[in-house]
Amino acid sequence: MDELLRILTKLHPDVDFTGRADLIDAGVLDSFDIISLVAEVDSVFDVRIPAEEIVPENFNSAVALYAMIQRLADE
Amino acid sequence: MPNHVLAYLERTAPRVPDKVAFSNGTDALTFREVHDQSRAIGSFLAGRGFHRQPVAVFMNKHPKAIVAFLGVAAAGCFYAPIDEEMPAFRIELIFGTLSPAAVICDARGKAALEKLAFAGEVFLYDEIRSTPVDDAALAAVRARHVDTDPLYVVFTSGSTGVPKGVVACHRSVIEYVEVLSETLGFSEETVFGMQVPLYFDACLKEIFPTLMFGATTYLVPKNLFMFPVKLVEFLDRYRVNTVCWVVSALTMISAFGTFEKAVPETLTTVAFGSEVFPLRQLDLWRKALPRAKFTNLYGPTEATGMTCFYHVDREFGEGESVPIGRPFPNREVILLDDDDKVPAPGGIGEICVRGTSVTLGYYRSPDRTAASFVQNPLHADYPETIYRTGDLGRYNERGELLFVSRKDYQIKHMGHRIELGEIEADVQLVDGVRLACCVYDKESERIVLYYVGEIAPADLLVELRARLPRYMLPNAVEPLDALPLTANAKIDRVSLMTYTERKRKESRNG
Repeated sequence: MDELLRILTKLHPDVDFTGRADLIDAGVLDSFDIISLVAEVDSVFDVRIPAEEIVPENFNSAVALYAMIQRLADE
Repeated sequence: MPNHVLAYLERTAPRVPDKVAFSNGTDALTFREVHDQSRAIGSFLAGRGFHRQPVAVFMNKHPKAIVAFLGVAAAGCFYAPIDEEMPAFRIELIFGTLSPAAVICDARGKAALEKLAFAGEVFLYDEIRSTPVDDAALAAVRARHVDTDPLYVVFTSGSTGVPKGVVACHRSVIEYVEVLSETLGFSEETVFGMQVPLYFDACLKEIFPTLMFGATTYLVPKNLFMFPVKLVEFLDRYRVNTVCWVVSALTMISAFGTFEKAVPETLTTVAFGSEVFPLRQLDLWRKALPRAKFTNLYGPTEATGMTCFYHVDREFGEGESVPIGRPFPNREVILLDDDDKVPAPGGIGEICVRGTSVTLGYYRSPDRTAASFVQNPLHADYPETIYRTGDLGRYNERGELLFVSRKDYQIKHMGHRIELGEIEADVQLVDGVRLACCVYDKESERIVLYYVGEIAPADLLVELRARLPRYMLPNAVEPLDALPLTANAKIDRVSLMTYTERKRKESRNG
């Protein structure tokens, strides 16, 4: 999780990602961020996020994103 | 050819009154509604005495915003679309140049305007759209119209920190949509999926052919461009057959492996532009849609929409790039070298455009206009204005035009045209910054800002958010003890670029 928070904070140093569950709804993350995140998750966690997992629910919070990464890593 | 863009709507609305003209999937407007509401808004503005003045449209990406544009044109005024997500600082800069006679907005735009120091008149779209139509007043406006009257002003990034307003007239737009429609084969059956925001000239490609043919445009909600499978579902649901998108919107679909799950099978025409299409991604698209026609488009806002096209007709090898091809009919591209001469065959020159598509210039900015809209240097026999794009190009052995690079520090990032100098100008305004320089790392598609000063990077970003539109925000910010300088004491961009590349490689390896 710390690793993921590091990646997110690198994208937006001014956002506190720990408490937020509206990253998509509030427009914190944009399409550029999603592209960067998918690439970073691949290189850092060795997890390839398939297209059908790139949906708002999985990106609205750091917790949801981390849960998805763990789920995909287990598969 | 008509002399006013509304002639298309006036011809089409009685023919297919109940067909949907513009929809975002949730709200739709038929041709009758578009016609009626645009005349209502035109009547309202004309009734208030506005004529040949700029009217800003400050609305969400919604069918109503398009009708507002048309209403402004009906009143004999010209529209200036303002991005609803633009920070107040930048809107004030634009309004400083534009001094709009009035602003048409939606509820959200109105709330944003109230925080600005704007003293002009503000009208809510929904409150003026049922104004009784005054046919006599609209006819009187039209009787005085000539096709060199402006239709719109769109603002683009300016290197001094102040955005430039490109003014285009009806004649340029009419001529453009006619040649574009013929080249791409638009018809009444065309169903557009519009990606671009309404505050660019890029949206001409969908709006006016829709009115001309009685076609339909679906405005694709911006959020879908983060979620590739949902985006393809949207295209499928509305049987979209034609897209004219920036490259980054198309590669977002292909790069995520979306085609393994979903293919936008109804698409038959895929036009793209604003950036170089990475060949591997283009191949994925062509394999997924073997029957679709792919066309590369190229052109500066200052020459009304697109200037050149290339229908993709072959495979490209390593190191090749997709040509920008040749000009649309009725415009010519001239290459000019540093001495304003035509270079030898195969030689590099600045891409310059002549023809009806050359816009009127920059709004209230004679100096900047004079720098780029110039007398054709190949002759001095009579006045002939050409537009110097600042792009360098050359012809290949097939006679196709290729884009080489920029002459200056303008970049294309996520489909947006950005002057790095404008970002730097805004950074310099932040307290605690002494020196700043931006570079664009093409490989990772990141704007990297280096600065010298006391402010922390996170605080600097917060300050910049209030000044710059989202797409201009640096993707990485790094404080340095000093910026490297060249021999004549200018900031050394080349060495900053090398530093950026080295850092990127290091972070990948470790």
